[in-house]
Amino acid sequence: MLNRNLFKQPKNALESYDRHVKIPSPDAPDQMCVSCPDCKSILLTEDLSENFSVCPKCGYHFRMNARQRIDLIADAGSFQEMDAQMRSSNLLGFPNYEKKLWHARLESAENEGVVCGTAKIGGNVCGLFVMEPYYMMGSMGTVVGEKITRLFEYATEHSLPVVGYTVSGGARMQEGILSLMQMAKTSGAVKRHSDAGNLYIAVLTDPTTGGVTASFAMEADITLSEPKALIGFAGPRVIEQTLRQRLPAGFQRAEFVFEKGFLDDIVKRPDQKAYLAKLLALHGKGDPWKHTTE
Amino acid sequence: MEAYDRVTAARAKGRPTGLQYIQTIFSDFIELHGDRRFGDDPAIVAGVAQLCGMPVTVIAHERGGDTREKVRRNFGMAHPEGYRKALRQMKLAEKFGRPVVCFVDTAGAYCGIGAEERGQGQAIAENLMEMMTLNTPVISILIGEGGSGGALALAVADEVWMMENAVYSVISPEGCASILWKDKSKAREAARCLKMTAQDLLQMNVVERIIPEAERSFSQICDGLRSDLLETLRREKEMEPALLLQKRYERFRRIGSPDAD
Repeated sequence: MLNRNLFKQPKNALESYDRHVKIPSPDAPDQMCVSCPDCKSILLTEDLSENFSVCPKCGYHFRMNARQRIDLIADAGSFQEMDAQMRSSNLLGFPNYEKKLWHARLESAENEGVVCGTAKIGGNVCGLFVMEPYYMMGSMGTVVGEKITRLFEYATEHSLPVVGYTVSGGARMQEGILSLMQMAKTSGAVKRHSDAGNLYIAVLTDPTTGGVTASFAMEADITLSEPKALIGFAGPRVIEQTLRQRLPAGFQRAEFVFEKGFLDDIVKRPDQKAYLAKLLALHGKGDPWKHTTE
Repeated sequence: MEAYDRVTAARAKGRPTGLQYIQTIFSDFIELHGDRRFGDDPAIVAGVAQLCGMPVTVIAHERGGDTREKVRRNFGMAHPEGYRKALRQMKLAEKFGRPVVCFVDTAGAYCGIGAEERGQGQAIAENLMEMMTLNTPVISILIGEGGSGGALALAVADEVWMMENAVYSVISPEGCASILWKDKSKAREAARCLKMTAQDLLQMNVVERIIPEAERSFSQICDGLRSDLLETLRREKEMEPALLLQKRYERFRRIGSPDAD
């Protein structure tokens, strides 16, 4: 079956940005091919999965779910999940929130918007969190905040570095002020982890915005990104509506954010595992001199 | 009083602004400017002052009084340099062992091209992180609108107080209504759903204290705040610094935690 969005023309640049294509998992190939939202090439799903979900024609990085990323980054069989069963409830009694949560679970096959645990990356043990775009676009509610806080607390206790993949539309509106408070809560846990001398590497993926950008996404020792990822505080639509003007091309894309000095590097998906492994190895604890070969 | 009426009251023309609170509660206020990186953001004022003779650092969003002033101050919506200025003053407070008092009144951090270019998200994130371990007592008072991350960037504190008619929310009711129901006119309903009034937040343990406004003049309110601040800061001063920071961490740690009471 062809992707439904294949023939839909975007009305403007912003709309086309939202035309992400979900890559079916290899076990359930209900789609033979997808179209690249960037270069419009028709790609075989199989070729795409083999190429790290990166378009072989133009290098567009397709959106990936958390499990696919973990498979890509963690050494085989090394990921041990924490707090897997934690689920949100409707704390404020917000209309229709339960239904939204139910849909999000169905859509993502996850219990919440982030998957946390420990893993090895190229043999280096670390805490790992990966946000889930298909769960309410990785929005941060109390459970996401709690899981990330617990991961950093665990990593502090066990002197582990943390690697975190962010993708988020921001704070979760349906949990009101409680989700805003998660920004402070996670920031506190990151700070304690940092003050104890531990490394935190964040990889910002498309899109990372709002309350997640304004908290743990921008608090890492080393901040990386995938090519062309949208990274910002306010979303482009909100800015355009506020300013009543079109934004320049490439605004808030990883390359732009890099140029402004907020990213250490932009790393293509196929290179990320080796890159992370090298960084983790370089930040091993203890006296740097003891590693000298001279 | 309905939630949205509080929103209207919090935004009302003529409502006392941050600077007015500073000038009425404290004496000898000296404003200190600039973030030493880019510029001076008039949407946030900061400096040193005396609270009954004790030196304190004061920081406030300033919306501005008349139209010209409002425009100059960008209606209290700060750019990254505003948050960086605030952090610079907090670091000075830590160095000289003075407590910090913040007045929060903003629709939100400004969303514009320059703000994004200069790292609005990064600036707020840094404040959240640094305030959590700032080694001196911090009290934040929501005096009007507490809009999302832009408000929180001055509200990671040991205690957060709220004026009776102030509001504090993750998103404006208009923003919420237009995202959820594609209809800005449903802001009234959104305000109710978001639980953004002082009463709501006290119930959820997000704020410690509500400052009554009804039938009190501004100078009476400020007299009350002066003595409340003095009393609370005195109590916090006597606390072990490590304990103070531990309590501040736990204050936020328990919010939304399934282990919380």
